[in-house]
Amino acid sequence: MGSIWEYANPKKFITTTDRLLPWVSALALVALVGGLVWGFFFTPDDYKQGSTVKIIYLHVPSALMAINAWMMMLVASLIWIVRRHHVSALAARAAAPVGAVMTLIALITGAIWGQPMWGTWWEWDPRLTSFLILFLFYLGYMALWAAIEDDDTAADLTSILCLVGSVFALLSRYAVNFWNQGLHQGASLSMDKEENVADVFYYPLLVSIAGFILLFIALVFLRTQTEIRARRMRALLARERMK
Amino acid sequence: MIALLTRDLRLAVRAGGGFGLGLAFFLIVVVLVPFGVGPESGLLSKIAPGILWLGALLACLLSLDRIFALDWEDGSLDLLATAPLPMEAIVSIKALAHWITTGLPLVLAAPVFGLLLNLPDAGYVPLVISLLLGTPALSVIGTFGAALTVGLKRGGLLLSLLVLPLYVPTLIFGAEMARRSIEGLDATTPLLMLAGITCGTIALLPFASAAVLRVNLR
Repeated sequence: MGSIWEYANPKKFITTTDRLLPWVSALALVALVGGLVWGFFFTPDDYKQGSTVKIIYLHVPSALMAINAWMMMLVASLIWIVRRHHVSALAARAAAPVGAVMTLIALITGAIWGQPMWGTWWEWDPRLTSFLILFLFYLGYMALWAAIEDDDTAADLTSILCLVGSVFALLSRYAVNFWNQGLHQGASLSMDKEENVADVFYYPLLVSIAGFILLFIALVFLRTQTEIRARRMRALLARERMK
Repeated sequence: MIALLTRDLRLAVRAGGGFGLGLAFFLIVVVLVPFGVGPESGLLSKIAPGILWLGALLACLLSLDRIFALDWEDGSLDLLATAPLPMEAIVSIKALAHWITTGLPLVLAAPVFGLLLNLPDAGYVPLVISLLLGTPALSVIGTFGAALTVGLKRGGLLLSLLVLPLYVPTLIFGAEMARRSIEGLDATTPLLMLAGITCGTIALLPFASAAVLRVNLR
């Protein structure tokens, strides 16, 4: 077991993730199916919210991953800027669409839940608004990757955008908090167990969160592999043409 | 530095008419709003600060791609990059020139356009102060966006997609400050936050813009 930077070697990364990928995917599948089936069919309805409470098993994990995906992109971008490992830049690129979809799932499930509960599909609540802004950040990030042809230039520019964007996303979060009062309830989960959701909902929720995390890891592995192979293929094609 | 600033200002005023364009766009936005929401003066005076902020922001956005595009095309950006001036200074000067040619006229025109939107009397001073504080941040953030997209052929749309989310905090605090003052509420918090954002962006973002520009010139 050498240093963690060994995995920055594309070949090493691909062989390792190839070995890990089936396990991670299988575990993700088990946890997702287990958590969602448990949550949807084997927990009681909430006394106030009825069965709509069960959307929590999609909403909370996806919202969590929407933020964590950006965090992962931030870390990967920093690694790219500092150590210039191509795998890191490609992993950030691979994570962006996944994160954007997670954000979208969180927004849509929230709207579906909000319609019967709050009586509105959309409310300019701080949490909702900042998620919408986060979604815009994801769009801009992906658009910049797509727009630039040279790979290294694109990696450099997007990683700087990711850093600057993180600061502004954080700023927007506080600005939006200041701008409007919230309708959204507080955190459903926290380390100190004071105001968590009730135990019946808590454990299936944990399982489905684990499922979402594993799903994210599996997708990022897979997409990074694809990016590495696509790049390798382009290099091979370019070499063919040179002959 | 001063030579670069005067050069940029002179270019903006003389070449291409970019100078008045932002202002004209601002006027058009202000004129179109009553067509959209109806001519009720009560409603207009309620949304006036927000509309004026939004108009200023969009007018600012419109002129962003001019910051680097012309210099990029004729190669003077490469010359500037090899000049003894550090890239950070070049970027800051460009942002300053953009603010003088776009932000400052918008600030000066805002009270006049406020008349058109029936802005309440209490709103003029806070609006001008908030715009005066906020538009430099818009220019500096916009310079970052322009530096990001300078090498792209059709960067205009992408530029708006990248820059507009970054404008959110500035817009919120700027418009909030004007709105709060009109309603007679305490506006110091948004004022301080707005000033903080402007100072922070002026201090830090030129480094990011310069780094991005170096990558693009590589």
